[in-house]
Amino acid sequence: MDLYEYQGKRYLARFGVSVGAGAVADTVGEAVAAADELGYPATIKAQVKVGGRGRAGGVRIVADRSGAEAGAQDILGLVIQGHPVKRLWVETAARIAHEYYASLSLDRATKLHLAMVSAQGGIDIEQVAAEAPEAIARLEINPLDGLSPARARRLVARAGIDGEARRSVVDVILRLYRCYIEGDADLVEINPLIVTPSGEVRALDAKITLDDEAAFRHPEWSEFADAEPDDPRERSARRKGLSYVGLDGSVGIIANGAGLAMSTLDVVNQVGGSAANFLDVGGEANADVMTGALEVINSDERVRAILVNVFGGIVRCDDVARGVLAAMGRVELASPIVVRLDGTHAAEAHEILRPHLSARLLVEPTMLAAARRAVEIAAGVGG
Amino acid sequence: MSIFVDEDTLVVVQGLTGSQGSFHGLRNRAYGTKVVAGVTPGKGGGSLEGIRIFDSVAEAVATTGANASLVVVPQRSALGAILEAAAAGIELVVCITEHIPAKDEALLFNELQRGFPRTRLIGPNCPGVISPGKCNIGITAGEIALPGGPVGIVSRSGTLTYQALHELSQQGVGQTTCVGIGGDRVPGTSFVDVLAAFEADPATGAVMLIGEIGGSEEERAAEFIAHEMTKPVVAYVAGVTAPVGRTMGHAGAIVSGASGTAQAKIAALEACGARVARNPSEAGELMVEVVRGLG
Repeated sequence: MDLYEYQGKRYLARFGVSVGAGAVADTVGEAVAAADELGYPATIKAQVKVGGRGRAGGVRIVADRSGAEAGAQDILGLVIQGHPVKRLWVETAARIAHEYYASLSLDRATKLHLAMVSAQGGIDIEQVAAEAPEAIARLEINPLDGLSPARARRLVARAGIDGEARRSVVDVILRLYRCYIEGDADLVEINPLIVTPSGEVRALDAKITLDDEAAFRHPEWSEFADAEPDDPRERSARRKGLSYVGLDGSVGIIANGAGLAMSTLDVVNQVGGSAANFLDVGGEANADVMTGALEVINSDERVRAILVNVFGGIVRCDDVARGVLAAMGRVELASPIVVRLDGTHAAEAHEILRPHLSARLLVEPTMLAAARRAVEIAAGVGG
Repeated sequence: MSIFVDEDTLVVVQGLTGSQGSFHGLRNRAYGTKVVAGVTPGKGGGSLEGIRIFDSVAEAVATTGANASLVVVPQRSALGAILEAAAAGIELVVCITEHIPAKDEALLFNELQRGFPRTRLIGPNCPGVISPGKCNIGITAGEIALPGGPVGIVSRSGTLTYQALHELSQQGVGQTTCVGIGGDRVPGTSFVDVLAAFEADPATGAVMLIGEIGGSEEERAAEFIAHEMTKPVVAYVAGVTAPVGRTMGHAGAIVSGASGTAQAKIAALEACGARVARNPSEAGELMVEVVRGLG
C-alpha cells in the first residue's frame, strides 16, 4: 500500500522523525483556512501517488491568502499522470539550508536491506544515480545485525554530509530504519531531507510503501484506509477480497493463479486484444468467488467479452464449471463469456457446460483459442 | 535420478492437524510420499490416519528420521516453524504458506544462511517440489506429472507449472523433478540454485524455466545458463503486458520503474541461448522439440 505524502509524514512522526506542521484540505476553502492558520508563506501540495508532481505544477508556494486561493484552485483541477488531484497538503513553507536524500528498501538480489544517503537531495535520485553515482552512499544491512549508530555515522559521512547537522541526520537515519523495520515498510524514501537554517533536520517529502502482507500485525494501518484505490472496480474487488488490478482493455479476465492470470493478459495481447483487468481467483474458484469476480467484471463498462481461464490441479474443473453456471444464474452478464478449463476433471467440466452453451457461453479447448475467441467477440467480429 | 527429493525422502508435515495440512499431507502420502510424522505443538502423542503426531520437529526427527518438512501453518507461525525445522536438522523445508511479510522472509533467509547452511528452504508461497513417481511435497496435483524424465522444471508460478507439467505429460515427455520456488520477494531457493542442481543431475536432459515480472532472478539465471550450463533451457516469462508499479497477485511480481520487466528478462534469456516461448503452450511445444532432439 502506497501512502500519500501526508500519511507518510504522519507515519514518520510516529517514529520521531520531524515533519513540518500542516493540514489536509479537500476544497479551496479548506486550503485557504489551513494556510491562514499556518501562516504565510505556505506550501500547497497535490496528494497523488505518482512522481513528477512538482514538474506537473502540483506544488505551489503561496505568499498570501489570494495566492492560496488561486494555488489551491489550480492544483485541485490538475490531473497528474492520469491521477486527478482530490486532496491537498498545506504546510508552512520551509526555509532550507541543505537538501539531502535518504531511503531504505529491500534489495531483492542480495536479500539485504539497503540504505542510501546522498548530499544531493531535492532532485530526481535516478538522475543523480545516472550522472554522479559516487554521490550516493549505499549501505547493505543484514537484518540479523540491524543498523548500528556507528555504521549510520559512517554512512552519513560517506555521503559527504558534515557540519553541525551531521549528528541530527544520523539520528534521523536511525529513526527511518526503525520506521522501515518496525513499521513494515517496503520503501521509506525522503527526498528531500532538509536542514533548516536553524539546524533542524526534517522530512520535506515522504514516499512510503507499506507491506500489505504485514497488515495483520498493524491494526493502526486502518487509519490509512482512505489510501484506497481511485478505481471503483478495484475498490469493489478489494471489498470482495479478490486479487484484482484494473487495466483499460475490453476483455475481462478471470484466471486461477497469479502466473496464469498474467499469462492470460499476455496471450490476449498477442492475439490482438487487450485485457480489462488482472484477476486471480486463486485456489477457490467456487460459486461465491466466481459470482464476486463476475460482478466486478460486469460493472466494467469497457468489457465486451469475458475470458475465464482455469487450469485445474487440486481445484477440479467440474467444480469450477458448476461455479461459473451458478454465478451466471446470479449475475446478469452484459458480455458473452468464453471458458477454457483444462487439467483435473476437465472432461467432466465440459459435460456440465455442454447443455448451457450458447452465443453467451462458449467453451474453447486451449488458452490461445479461448483468447482468440474472446478478442473476436470484444472486437465485434462475428458477434 | 531427481533433485532435492526422491523415494527415500522422509517427510514431517508441520501443521498436519490443520485443515490445509491434513488435506495436502494426506494427498502427498496417497501419492506415495513417505510422510512419517506430523507436528502440532500440544497434540503430540496423537495420530492422524496412522501418521504419528509430535509436539516438536526435533522429537519427530529423533523418532522417525525425517529429513524433509512440509510447512503448512498460518502466516503468523511460519517463520518460527521453518526455523524450528532447520534447528532440528531438517535438510529440505518446503513452505506453502503465503502472505508472509517481506521483512520476515529477509530475516529468515539470512538466518538460514548464517546459522543453518545445510537447510534448503523452498518457498514460501510455493506449490512445492515433486519428483514424479517418487515423492511429492506440497500442493501439486501429482496426477498431472509423468515419471521418467528427462525434463526438469523450475518456476515462480503454481498454475503455470501445472500447465507445463500437463502439456509435457500429454506429449509423453516426463519430468525428473519440478520445483516451484514461489512468488514472493525473498524466496529461500533461487532459479540459479535449482538450475545448478539440474545441471548436476544426470537424469535431467533439459530444463524448463518459468519466470515472471519483478526482481532480477531471471537475469541471474540467464548469466548462469550462459556460463555454467550445458543442458538446453526453454523459458517462458509471464507479465509482458503488466503495468508498471502494480503487484500482480504474487508479492514479488511487480515492475519497479524500469527494472523487473518481462521484456528485459526475455532479452537476457534469449541472449544466453535459452529458447524463449511467447506463451505456455509454445513452451510445451518447444520443450517437446528439444527433448526429441536429445536422442
